[in-house]
Amino acid sequence: MKLAQRDAVLLEETMGLAEIRGRSLWADARGRFIRNKAAVAGLVVLVLVALFAFFGQVLAQYEPQHVDFSLMGANAWRGVPSLETGHYFGVDSDGRDLFARTVQGTRISLLVGIVGALVAVVVGTLYGAVAGYVGGRTDQVMMRTVDILMSIPFMFVLILMLVIFGRSIFMLFLGIGLISWLDMSRIARGQTLSIKNKEFVEAAVATGVRPFTIILRHVVPNLAGIVIVYSTLLVPQMIIFESFISYLGLGVQEPMTSLGALINQGASQMNNGTLWMMGFPLFFFLITLFAFFFVGDGLRDALDPKDR
Amino acid sequence: MSPILSVTDLSVTFDVRPPGAWPWTPPLKLQAVGGLSFDIEPGETLGLVGESGSGKSTVARAIIGTVPHSGGRIVFDGKEIGAMSESARRRHRKDVQMVFQDPLAALNPRMTVGDIVAEPLVTHHPEVERAEVKRRVGEIMERVGLLPNLVNRYPHEFSGGQCQRIGIARALVMRPKLLICDEPVSALDVSVQAQVVNLLKEIQADMGLSMIFIAHDLSVVKHISTRIVVMYLGRIMEAGPAQEITRRPRHPYTQALISSVPIPDPVLEKARPRPILEGELPSPLNPPSGCVFRTRCPKAQPDCAEPGRDRMDREGGVLVNCTYHEVRDALAV
Repeated sequence: MKLAQRDAVLLEETMGLAEIRGRSLWADARGRFIRNKAAVAGLVVLVLVALFAFFGQVLAQYEPQHVDFSLMGANAWRGVPSLETGHYFGVDSDGRDLFARTVQGTRISLLVGIVGALVAVVVGTLYGAVAGYVGGRTDQVMMRTVDILMSIPFMFVLILMLVIFGRSIFMLFLGIGLISWLDMSRIARGQTLSIKNKEFVEAAVATGVRPFTIILRHVVPNLAGIVIVYSTLLVPQMIIFESFISYLGLGVQEPMTSLGALINQGASQMNNGTLWMMGFPLFFFLITLFAFFFVGDGLRDALDPKDR
Repeated sequence: MSPILSVTDLSVTFDVRPPGAWPWTPPLKLQAVGGLSFDIEPGETLGLVGESGSGKSTVARAIIGTVPHSGGRIVFDGKEIGAMSESARRRHRKDVQMVFQDPLAALNPRMTVGDIVAEPLVTHHPEVERAEVKRRVGEIMERVGLLPNLVNRYPHEFSGGQCQRIGIARALVMRPKLLICDEPVSALDVSVQAQVVNLLKEIQADMGLSMIFIAHDLSVVKHISTRIVVMYLGRIMEAGPAQEITRRPRHPYTQALISSVPIPDPVLEKARPRPILEGELPSPLNPPSGCVFRTRCPKAQPDCAEPGRDRMDREGGVLVNCTYHEVRDALAV
């Protein structure tokens, strides 16, 4: 009798406990991602690269613009990477500290990649979701516009823009922003077409929810998985794109630099026995790309386990 | 008492573009529903029965206003739905709510159950405070037999029957005047079906709402409906009080539907005569002339193909869309 009473009290206490927290699909995905070792390693590398890019200048002994005239003409043997001189990564062909330059270049490259991916995520997702959800003639007009924009050889247009309006980081961001969302909008539209016919969207319509609210509340969150995966794979694409532009000598302007520009400069000095000038930027370029690819793969496996 | 919903001569037509046609060729007209009329009194349940493709769901969508109707009138609470503006239609949806067939697919997988149930409330009354929303969500969840402390869970953590209860809670949170259940139990186990049907019955009696209950299974419909409308290819075949339709079906199609409900007694099941329907539903793009059912009707006569054969006979309280009908006692449903 007494036991039963105690049971009842216990039961009441349990019932009174705070609301049970549910495991969202996001929490499930996080668990799957954390179990993926390659992806977590990629993420760790990414965090380290980001720390390097944004706080590396604290460690640098020299300003990135500082030209060490004492090394002029003697880069190959006196500008080698060394801890004593403070040029951890050596100097570049102009006698500037390569460590500081690499920090700066990595920062610019990361920014270019992230800005490109961000534009793609925001503009591309909304554009595609609206086109897919509204459908009909609106969809036709919006997607044909994307087709037309895609058919323009953008590398060519961007190079022309950089030549006409002058080389600036703003132009570069603009150019990359202009193209990055096109693919994303197509992907988002395709997914929206299938989400639109799900019953929960119909339920929302039948409830009287406004169309734009439906897009934001019901369509976009269900697009998020594929959008996140695609954007992590888009970041390295943008970095490569920027590097290519910089490699052609049209990207960021001196004294600013990017990984592509640094690799370009290093490559031009290859015959002079100063391989470190290309090696260090190249190393950061490669590990950043690899880390992004691993994280992207991990996210894809985590977010849609069915499609593995 | 005036009916809460009055449907008169409703027809719904879809444009269908034949595959590979030029963009400028006129689309084909697919008549999903034609000449449908019925009334629903307050507090009444109307069962809508028919096989797949008979236009039951289209009727539901026309009433809710997500599918435009091409002819006839739908008058809900004194207002014609076709004449409503977009914003008036959104307000109309406050009073008409719907429960869907696939319980899990009808819930957004990225939203918590609490948010799902609260959505109609938040949509139509954005000024209500969060605490009040929470209280009402908890109240309605308790009403449908769910613990209110489950509000932070996600739909995939529930069983089919529980998901359907969530769907019902969402439909009821606004206290609608009319609830449309579009095959609410056909995706559930038989034991859960009974629970959900009983829940709907209870709630209806409690809240005094009117209901349209769509199903392809007469045995489910007869439990909950006061009146039944039997549809075939978008037309009414037979309509009348539930008892009358299930006990003494007049139309050959209703008789076939009833005979397809299994009797849980093997001896009786074997012994009873079965007018089995052959073939498929004809294409609604090209419906048969005269009576639309004649191509599969076991009692079809040559003159059934004549135009004008699809007229209603009124007999007692029952409408029958067949000239050659005869009353036959159904064994059991």
